[in-house]
Amino acid sequence: MLNYIKLIALGLITLFAMIAASYARDLAYQVHAIIIMAVSAGLFLWTLRNTDEPVPAAVLQSSYMDGVVRYGVVATAFWGVVGFLAGTFIAFQLAFPGLNFEWAQGYANFGRLRPLHTSAVIFAFGGNALIATSFYVVQRTSAARLWGGNTAWFVFWGYNLFIILAATGYLLGATQSKEYAEPEWYVDLWLTIVWLAYLAVFVGTIIKRKEPHIYVANWFFLSFIVTVAMLHVFNNLSIPVSIFGSKSVQVFAGVQDAMVQWWYGHNAVGFFLTAGFLGMMYYFVPKQAERPVFSYKLSIIHFWALIFLYIWAGPHHLHYTALPDWASTLGMVFSIVLWMPSWGGMINGLMTLSGAWDKLRTDPVIRMMVISLGFYGMSTFEGPMMSIRAVNSLSHYTDWTIGHVHSGALGWNGMITFGALYFLVPKLWNRTRLYSLGMVSWHFWLATIGIILYAASMWVTGIMEGLMWREVDANGFLVNSFADTVAAKFPMYVVRGLGGVMYLTGALIMCYNLWMTVKRSPAKDAAVSSAAIAAE
Amino acid sequence: MNKKQDDDLDYETTGHEWDGIKEYNKPLPRWWLWTFYACIVWAVLYSIAYPAWPGIKSATPGLLGFSTRAQVVEEIARFEEANAEINTQLASVELTEIAQDPNLNQYAQNAGGAVFRTWCAQCHGSGAAGAKGYPNLLDDDWLWGGDIEAIHTTIAHGIRNEEDLDARYSEMPAFGELLEPDEITQAVNYVMSLSGEPQDASMVAAGEAVYLDNCAACHMDDGTGDRWQGAPNLTDAIWLYGGDYDTLVETVTYSRFGVMPPWTERLSEAEIRAVATYVHGLGGGEAPVE
Repeated sequence: MLNYIKLIALGLITLFAMIAASYARDLAYQVHAIIIMAVSAGLFLWTLRNTDEPVPAAVLQSSYMDGVVRYGVVATAFWGVVGFLAGTFIAFQLAFPGLNFEWAQGYANFGRLRPLHTSAVIFAFGGNALIATSFYVVQRTSAARLWGGNTAWFVFWGYNLFIILAATGYLLGATQSKEYAEPEWYVDLWLTIVWLAYLAVFVGTIIKRKEPHIYVANWFFLSFIVTVAMLHVFNNLSIPVSIFGSKSVQVFAGVQDAMVQWWYGHNAVGFFLTAGFLGMMYYFVPKQAERPVFSYKLSIIHFWALIFLYIWAGPHHLHYTALPDWASTLGMVFSIVLWMPSWGGMINGLMTLSGAWDKLRTDPVIRMMVISLGFYGMSTFEGPMMSIRAVNSLSHYTDWTIGHVHSGALGWNGMITFGALYFLVPKLWNRTRLYSLGMVSWHFWLATIGIILYAASMWVTGIMEGLMWREVDANGFLVNSFADTVAAKFPMYVVRGLGGVMYLTGALIMCYNLWMTVKRSPAKDAAVSSAAIAAE
Repeated sequence: MNKKQDDDLDYETTGHEWDGIKEYNKPLPRWWLWTFYACIVWAVLYSIAYPAWPGIKSATPGLLGFSTRAQVVEEIARFEEANAEINTQLASVELTEIAQDPNLNQYAQNAGGAVFRTWCAQCHGSGAAGAKGYPNLLDDDWLWGGDIEAIHTTIAHGIRNEEDLDARYSEMPAFGELLEPDEITQAVNYVMSLSGEPQDASMVAAGEAVYLDNCAACHMDDGTGDRWQGAPNLTDAIWLYGGDYDTLVETVTYSRFGVMPPWTERLSEAEIRAVATYVHGLGGGEAPVE
């Protein structure tokens, strides 16, 4: 019966996508309609072929649902390389504008590739990492299989369809021009559906848990899923110009629109890249170190303080703009108070290693996790500092901001994800160990030096251009033209690009290492498989 | 809470365990807690000192009376006041006298440089060397005149714009509609011969006839141009759009229509005079016409 409903729904979607493709008012919409048509038609045929198959026996409830996590791990590694490659390429486009090829104008120039890079690393790499690890962690720490049967598969494929639609949209010019919220209205609607399914799977699994308490990692994952749902819906409130076109008009205007955008943008950092990844940290660090978490009290206090404070800090992105001074003050004040709650996560992670510091010498995976916590601490100190109005008047609009987000993204999000992948792959594919720890060391050093080159060059160029922009002579006249400041940044842009090359190389080494782990590492005894749900 | 001592661990845990992960029941680090408190106290004090808490109609203004807009207004006023006297002088003296007064001249050069870097560098380049379609201001080749009065007029009213009735204006016909392609080819070869560029010598004689019939009215019989019409000198090997054969054929066939905006609405008279002085002083400035 369910199959017939599915068939009718898929048939209708295919039909509507066909109509939409033929009435499409712009190329991006047309391409998207064709993609959706192909996907739903494929699913229709697949469902049809399986309709008369015997229904398999009830899914084994005694094992964890790891297939979807395995797919998530592969997607994370794949999108990571795509995102790093795009980032490295656009870094060189800024240093050598000739790389904005004449033949690729309108598709592969910096303006089109930049959102492709940011979305690929944040949403494709980071998002897949968060979905995969949260599915893995919530099952282990709840001693329960994922709730909702195949809903988890819907979340994985649906989320990756969202990424495909977003990425192709950027290249073809469909964007609502909101940073980190570029996808147009129908892509936003689709993500909302997928995200609610994600929330349902996660909450459903927590509800049917066999452990008496909810582990701290799950608090962070849950806050991330709930808050991102809210942020996404409010920041994307818009009215499509036509149901057959990609363009839409925002419901907010002017400074209200800017405020909603940065309320969203800042909390995308706060809840996607901080809370979500802290959830990862709280599971993989104690597991890899085989030590208890440092302090339960600290996890409670810093969790609630972080959740409460982060949501108010957005206005610090709009200092010295049309935003009223009072809002800008509050954004700054909340950012400063946020400093210690952010550091609570770092302390809890680092101090978990006390008693196991010797592992830093022997285990490069732990080293990766420790450096990620180090970068986390550094960027959560730098952030509040840059939110101070006086500092911001120098740093805003400069490359310092770019350096700041990258020490967070490359250092914290990237490194903790790499650590998690190194932990997960042997477990998920039932291998005794990684293929090569030496390669992990290479990855560690390449990535670390790459980040340092990146952050250091952006500090130099950011502070330099901030000082050059504001430099006035004794009569109050500007000393530098804008073009002078751009020309002065060239050497640092090259250094930044080299940092990107190193980081990308490290990621490629990781992919090879993980691939060989699956192919070559000795298999574990099936009897001690980690996929069996722990007994009570 | 159910606390228990774990034998192999050196501190009591909370007694919970998830997938082998336990939690110590350690207290909050003191330095962390006190820094957190200090930040909160600072936040409260700061939000009393500065505009912060919103009410129904307005927000608390803060004890220090701080405002970002007032800060900008004050900074601008400070410099305007300091420069008021010399700006008045700059705006009122004869243009030709600016260069005679060392103090005034230095101020004008300095201020003009800043105006140029802010408003003019986008087209003319930050070094004023220009680009294709945007004249180089460093050389002594001028389309509309290179003395201080002429430069001032060009900056104040612009070229071929629709906003300013006093804008400099002229329009070269698109000769593609008037001449045969052969004639254009001949004329272009003749023009290239004027500045000694390699050309097809067999066409020069025919080209000269085409030139004298169609081009000389503006560019003059000898090709030296006419500044009253902004008609470029064709003999000096300085080209605004390019002096190669293909570009010249394009120019003659379709014509060109370079536009410069007027600046009287956006800049003060003192600023326009300052930037005129700056451009005049870049190297190619000419002495006043008697």
